[in-house]
Amino acid sequence: MKYEPIDLQLLAGEFGEAPAHAMRMLVRYGQVLDAERFVSIASAHIDGCLYHGQSSIDFVRRLVDLGGKVRVPTTLNVAAVDISHPCWHRGAPELLPAQAELTALHEALGCVATLTCAPYQRMVRPRVGQHVAWAESNAIAFVNSVLGARTDRYGDFTDLCAALTGRVPYVGLHRPENRIATLRIQAPAVELTGLARDIYFACLGYVIGARSIGHVPAIVGLPADVNEDELKALGASGASAGALALYHVVGITPEAPTLSIAAGGNEAALETIDITPDELHAVLEDLCPLTPGEPVAAMCIGTPHFSLAEFARFADAVRGRRAADGVEVYISTSREIAAQVAATPELAPVIEFGAKLVVDTCTYLAPVVRETHGAIVTNSGKWAHYGPGNLGRRAGLMTLARCIRSAELGKVAQP
Amino acid sequence: MILQDELRGLTPGRATGRIALLSSPLSLWGGLNVENGTICDVNHPEHGLLLKGRILAMKAARGSSSSSSALVEAIRRGNAPAAILLGRVDPILVIGSLVAADLYRIEVPIVLVAETSWKHLEDGMQISIAADTDHTCIRFENREPL
Repeated sequence: MKYEPIDLQLLAGEFGEAPAHAMRMLVRYGQVLDAERFVSIASAHIDGCLYHGQSSIDFVRRLVDLGGKVRVPTTLNVAAVDISHPCWHRGAPELLPAQAELTALHEALGCVATLTCAPYQRMVRPRVGQHVAWAESNAIAFVNSVLGARTDRYGDFTDLCAALTGRVPYVGLHRPENRIATLRIQAPAVELTGLARDIYFACLGYVIGARSIGHVPAIVGLPADVNEDELKALGASGASAGALALYHVVGITPEAPTLSIAAGGNEAALETIDITPDELHAVLEDLCPLTPGEPVAAMCIGTPHFSLAEFARFADAVRGRRAADGVEVYISTSREIAAQVAATPELAPVIEFGAKLVVDTCTYLAPVVRETHGAIVTNSGKWAHYGPGNLGRRAGLMTLARCIRSAELGKVAQP
Repeated sequence: MILQDELRGLTPGRATGRIALLSSPLSLWGGLNVENGTICDVNHPEHGLLLKGRILAMKAARGSSSSSSALVEAIRRGNAPAAILLGRVDPILVIGSLVAADLYRIEVPIVLVAETSWKHLEDGMQISIAADTDHTCIRFENREPL
């Protein structure tokens, strides 16, 4: 390992004992990954702020006691509960104060309590080529792929060590040679699949995640007007089904103006996978075990957190409509975006439909939905993947339009 | 013992116990019940198996980056495996082992075992592990060193 002066200063405790402690952890972590040196980061996004038990608190308290402060702008991922709406919490009561303490400890270190899994929906975001240390699988996929910034797959503890030192081992997706496409994915045209666009991206991401494990895929065949919310859905699905941390979309994402550039000039050597419409339909069938007519308890959307553009589209779709009595409608988003929704009269149909905005957490992991026997409908591939296991509930993936109709009917609508 | 150049200690520590050889990778987050040390992933072939105190052997780890937290919490509660043998480096578990050693002074060594040596590992076998950054060995009960 070659240390730069800053690394040695950090290790020597010149910036305090907390960063020295964090740096020693990172050195050990870097040695295991055969890192040759460290690199500076521009920001960090922390996933370790989700309460997993007393050890979550012990780790952060130690750094607080040592006087630690983050050395780069640092945001927090979702918490285990919606602290802003404790009355909606249906889990163990002791989870609320434990999570509040864990969040406060992170704030004491200088982290900003954004409590969102979509930190890329904030005003300031990483630039192309910038090194960052981000945790949370969908955020990692988005910042690498759509923004072209560079993060490896960080997780609990390493994320905070990176924030306290501003340094990370120069390995994995920080290195340009590891960002070169190694697989060409031919996506079926959306019109050929017969799927609505939201479900097309959710299912396509799921197939790509499962079929490109160990690869950096370069995707061709997506509609030219693909938007960030659709790429967000694709990445979140892919990170759920596999470990998708970086993908390129030829002609769209910053490191892939052409297939040749994405492949480092070696496009002829790329293996190609052709994804068929049938594969997308098979994923949809797997992730939607519900049958038309069965009772619906809730509709959960906003995994990853809903953007303002998604709220605008949702408001248009539900104007003048109302969810059936007994059907809960939850939209997960950030505090910041929820405040903007509340302040935008044009978005009133969202609330008039009966939607509650869950903030600081996400309905696929927090016990928010009432304990009833009905099914949960969602248009999120990630929710449909994790929700049933986390919450022990029946859930089904379907288009936003069908989710809305199901919520209105109180039972699963026809496709 | 398994030959030292077939082994790499990713985190230090000593442990003795029976091998729990998994037939499929396990994500500790969502896969290990930290309250009792059993495999709680209903889709895992060894669902229900007690890992507490065992030498967990799996060729690869899987899944969530929160597995480091799951490992630390299981260690804190005394419900973790005694050691972990892996076929591929897993930085998520490594950081969990380092943090637990730091916070609770409990070492759960993680050892990388070369592909060629996995044939020597059998489920239920009693072994001892001594792992360090520059010197790691595995000793089998009543057997020649490997």
